[in-house]
Amino acid sequence: MSVARTSLLAGALLGLLLATPASAVRFEVSGTAGAELRLFTGAPLLPGQDAEPQPSLSFQPELRWSSENRRHRFTVVPFFRWDGRDPERTHADLREAWWRWSGKRGSLLIGWNKVFWGVTESRHLIDVINQDDALEDVDREDKLGQPMIELSTDHRWGNLSLYLLPGHRRLAFPGRSGRLRLPVPIVGRDVHESSAGSEHVDAAVRWSHYLGEVDLGVSWFHGHSREPRLLPAPGGLTPRYDLIHQLGIDLQLTKGAWLWKLETLVREGHGRTFTATVAGFERSFYQAVGRGGDIGLLVELLHDDRDATAPPTAFQRDVFVGTRLAFNDTQDTSILLGVIQDLEGSGRTVFVEGERRFGQHGKLELEGRFFGGLAADDPAAVFAADDFVTLRWSLFW
Amino acid sequence: MPSLPRLVTPLVLTSLLLTASSTVAETPEEKGHALAARSDRSDRGFTDSVVELEMILRNARGRESRRQLTVTTLEVADESLGDKSLIVFQSPADIEGTALLSHAKITEPDDQWLFLPALKRVKRISSVNKSGPFVGSEFAFEDFTALELEKYDYKWLREEKCGELTCDVVERYPRYEHSGYTRQLSWIDQTAFQVRKVEFHDRKDSLLKTLTLSDYRDYDGAWRSHRLSMVNHLTGKSTDLVYSDYRFKTGLGDADFVKTVLTRLR
Repeated sequence: MSVARTSLLAGALLGLLLATPASAVRFEVSGTAGAELRLFTGAPLLPGQDAEPQPSLSFQPELRWSSENRRHRFTVVPFFRWDGRDPERTHADLREAWWRWSGKRGSLLIGWNKVFWGVTESRHLIDVINQDDALEDVDREDKLGQPMIELSTDHRWGNLSLYLLPGHRRLAFPGRSGRLRLPVPIVGRDVHESSAGSEHVDAAVRWSHYLGEVDLGVSWFHGHSREPRLLPAPGGLTPRYDLIHQLGIDLQLTKGAWLWKLETLVREGHGRTFTATVAGFERSFYQAVGRGGDIGLLVELLHDDRDATAPPTAFQRDVFVGTRLAFNDTQDTSILLGVIQDLEGSGRTVFVEGERRFGQHGKLELEGRFFGGLAADDPAAVFAADDFVTLRWSLFW
Repeated sequence: MPSLPRLVTPLVLTSLLLTASSTVAETPEEKGHALAARSDRSDRGFTDSVVELEMILRNARGRESRRQLTVTTLEVADESLGDKSLIVFQSPADIEGTALLSHAKITEPDDQWLFLPALKRVKRISSVNKSGPFVGSEFAFEDFTALELEKYDYKWLREEKCGELTCDVVERYPRYEHSGYTRQLSWIDQTAFQVRKVEFHDRKDSLLKTLTLSDYRDYDGAWRSHRLSMVNHLTGKSTDLVYSDYRFKTGLGDADFVKTVLTRLR
């Protein structure tokens, strides 16, 4: 996104805020600060990688203004990460900076924001609006802010949301000293298929509705793919972003303690058109542990029939099995344990995530990710030596 | 009371109310239902409400933790349908902005969606966990959601003193599935017709919890308790719900309780 356009948008947002009488504005500050230590269980495989534990700090203040009647809101959420080992992982991002007007049956939002689509847990297949913040984690749940104009309207037949997305966010890669990186360096300038480059305006539409036990969404996206293909270049690989069309469907059936979930897409534009699906269930066993603790069982099948003409995926034919323990105590203690097993090869990823609140402002999180049985041609094989455990202390205010 | 066909219920109730004071022979079930109906209706007619809620959770050693929530409710006048509600957490800080939208049903499971602000994700959740603890408190989901008249069958037991007041003791039996209770004993006063105390008997029919409701205030005919204290006799833990800053008839409608509203709360 060009500096000129960015400043124009920011100026417009500020103007809107200042146009609101000061007496009628509510202002709130909150935020999160985190200290984490990432410990790798094995020695690094790649040259230049640091073998030491990886300490880092993060800071995410949230500034929120709203007009007296809450019709107008203005929010700014910057994010900062300092990393002790990998200078490339030290980064900042504007997660959110938007103005929104909300009416009785809809809203208009202009600025940087995050939008989530989908229902499944192991892979967020149809969720396409925001680029991954791949420096933060490999779980693809951290997202970069996306400049957008979003018009969302509620009707008797559901919600219709229209998006104009000016400016493509590039995927960032860890540096030479970082772990969880590709063996080959990323070189050269990103290539975008559109002659407008990263300035190309992407567009998306989503309809969603609920009726009884069914929640359904249908989405369409046209623009530069969030996933680059990595093309050989002198001294490494260069990311290329193809223009794609993507049609996505997300469906959930909520039947008692069972949640049946489906996400499916068809994507055209990389090379051969392909389809991908995640389908499965989440079954809860309430008050099954201790006093009031719940156990959830999650099973999802993953399928993706893309070939080598598309960006690589680790989820061609896989099964995810997981269990979630929620203790329902005053500290909201929970543990998620899961494994994603490749059904065609022997590769698997085992992960564990645990968290517990301490006092009114603290939270301790433990995350572990272990890669096993990976064949050399598995896209996840590059992480084979990078099993890790992250310990994170966060302060919320 | 044997389950009444839903559609004729209002008619039956009206006739019950008309005959409540007469000497026509009334079964304890009919009397219990009529008393509960009168009490329930004295809470209604508010159209919509917004209230700040502080939950004070105490463990057996008296150690406290607190949560602040804003609760918005839309009254659905038809007693065969449930109310709609939106609960937004203000604290603890790590769950600030988390929101729960419920479309209550009478005997069917409610429709519920949870908004997780970190991911900006709206997740439809199962609502069959009626008897599970609500955010680690001594209130179960079924204690916390709006008290809908037709969710229970009733039986009048006796009349007795309750503090300064005289109360009717009415036993009620959940009609919906997945309840953690066999029965509840409620004390309804004869002056303002409000529930002053409830004893909850678990599935083994032993006394599990006692709820005391106090600090009642009358908002143009809609009565609200501002302090609900739940004591768990099994664990010695307790939870107080302290309500403040009630606002009624704020102009909310169905459109303010659709799923997408969760993404526009802040």
